[in-house]
Amino acid sequence: MARPAAVLTAADLRGGSARRRREAAIRRLFGAAAAVSVVISAIIVIALVGRAIDFLRQIQPAWLVAEGWFPRRNEFSIPTLAAGSLIVAGIAMLIAAPLGLASAIYLSEYARPRARRVLKPIVELLAGLPSIVVAFFALTVISPDVVQRIFSSATFFNMMAAGVGVGILSVSLVATVAEDALRAVPRSLREGAYGLGARRRTTSLRVVVPAATSGIMAALILGLSRAIGETMVVLIVAGGTGGSLFTVNPLGPGQTATGAMAALAIGSDQVRGSSAAFASLFFVGLLLFTVTFVLNLMSERFVRRARRHG
Amino acid sequence: MGAVVTGTTSAVVTAQLRGNRRDVVGSLFAAGLLGALLLSLLILVVLLWEVFRTGWPVLADRGVGFLTAGPSSVPASAGIGAALAGSLAMMVIVALVAFPFGIGAAVYLEEYARDTRVTRFVATNVRNLAGVPSIVYGILGLVLFVEVLNRVIDIHDTGSLLSGGLTLAVLVLPIVIITTSEALRAVPRSLREAAFGVGATRWEVIRHHVLPAAAPGILTGTVLSLARAFGETAPLLLVGAVNGFFATGDAGVIERLLRSPYSALPVQILAWTTVPNEAFKALAAAAILVMMAILLVVNGVAIWLRNRYERTW
Repeated sequence: MARPAAVLTAADLRGGSARRRREAAIRRLFGAAAAVSVVISAIIVIALVGRAIDFLRQIQPAWLVAEGWFPRRNEFSIPTLAAGSLIVAGIAMLIAAPLGLASAIYLSEYARPRARRVLKPIVELLAGLPSIVVAFFALTVISPDVVQRIFSSATFFNMMAAGVGVGILSVSLVATVAEDALRAVPRSLREGAYGLGARRRTTSLRVVVPAATSGIMAALILGLSRAIGETMVVLIVAGGTGGSLFTVNPLGPGQTATGAMAALAIGSDQVRGSSAAFASLFFVGLLLFTVTFVLNLMSERFVRRARRHG
Repeated sequence: MGAVVTGTTSAVVTAQLRGNRRDVVGSLFAAGLLGALLLSLLILVVLLWEVFRTGWPVLADRGVGFLTAGPSSVPASAGIGAALAGSLAMMVIVALVAFPFGIGAAVYLEEYARDTRVTRFVATNVRNLAGVPSIVYGILGLVLFVEVLNRVIDIHDTGSLLSGGLTLAVLVLPIVIITTSEALRAVPRSLREAAFGVGATRWEVIRHHVLPAAAPGILTGTVLSLARAFGETAPLLLVGAVNGFFATGDAGVIERLLRSPYSALPVQILAWTTVPNEAFKALAAAAILVMMAILLVVNGVAIWLRNRYERTW
């Protein structure tokens, strides 16, 4: 009251001490919530690395390059799983890359706004399809009615059908990420091309797609990462639940890293009795985590580059 | 010019610039792109039709009985009652755990944290966690929830449902954080500055202005993450493994799955799909129909919420 009027200091504006204490407490609360995500990734890494080392201590190095993946026989052939994962993910990308990119170019460059408003949500709906549903479809339709009909030498459980199923699951991810990248290309580039007399196809392929290369690469890498991490389709259709010899034949049964983990988890290869078999779960998990982590970091780098140039 | 073209001015100009030639390759290219898009959608249609064709007779025949009956080794009396109850219970756990932590983390990252190296590390970390294969989360659940919880409190029988729910909560946490962050970022700065200008503290700004404005987006994101958790199978195999799947040595997959102390709808579908018996395949298809119906309702609610309350600034 006695203070001279009209002179305010920062202390006057700061508010009461109770109010400030409450603010600080709330800030700490939110900070703790954010810290949880870091703690989770730390626990994932610690759990995987620790148990993977336990596994490596239990086994002999030669077991890792045995003739196949048979955990209960102490055959933990990593090349078998790597070949299986690459074949299934490769087939998946042979389907997801062309379908996804073509859909993205159509939605971004050709579709009228009204058609786009209808088609885009349906494409996104494909992404929400639970993988167990596609796994059922792969077993009941893709394998007997498509793969076995085209390739008469294909067995009922085969990696080709698994790859097609995984591809169906990845199309939508590739399409939506690539479409975002194409739409982020400035209009002025397109108008420049049209002004020079370029047709729509030339503009799309020679101007818009090259300008969006980084984003398209990110889309493809994310699709590949998703394909490598997909589990249920492989578990049900690839036919590797009982173990698998090393194979590169996509028309026969095989085993992937994810399929091997799921098979260990449901015990369909009867791992009871061999403690190294259950421990191998963590070793394979660590490999899978590392590969997908590196792929995700790569796609993130591409996205950042796209943003800088866009 | 020799050619007589009738129609609008733009049609006339276009035709003359093109020299009256049709761009055949261009049309074929456009048709090819549309064909690729329609092929993706056609696969979805065939998939839905196939599931419907196989599963509908079971639903029509059994009606509500299929929804309430428990697991059984006889196809005619097996139902999804236990699985549905397990899935719904786990969704409650996901909502209780993932939503507060996820929204809290997003509010911190968007509203409180300065743009430091640590903040950027956390944000990158969250995006990477969203891309980790779901089965790896199963390992996390196995180590963190099943083993630790069983050691701390002896919850061997009922705890599996808890560890399953917690594992799914951790799985969708990054998705909740990312979608909430996007919703918060869409709220214009001017709104915050106006509130700060009249003397509101940061928490008051968030509580009274930012969160209400971002609510539709946050709600859509959380509902969609629930849908994701609902359809997830792989991590549950690992979290259930310790309790049930290993316990019965030589029994078939289905026996192990059915005897485990808790079930979930996707896990039940997996069990039925892997039995080499057409009757169980039909049960699997019927269960998929129920699951897709629930997902359709959930996604529909999310889209409706977004359209109903979404504001553009």
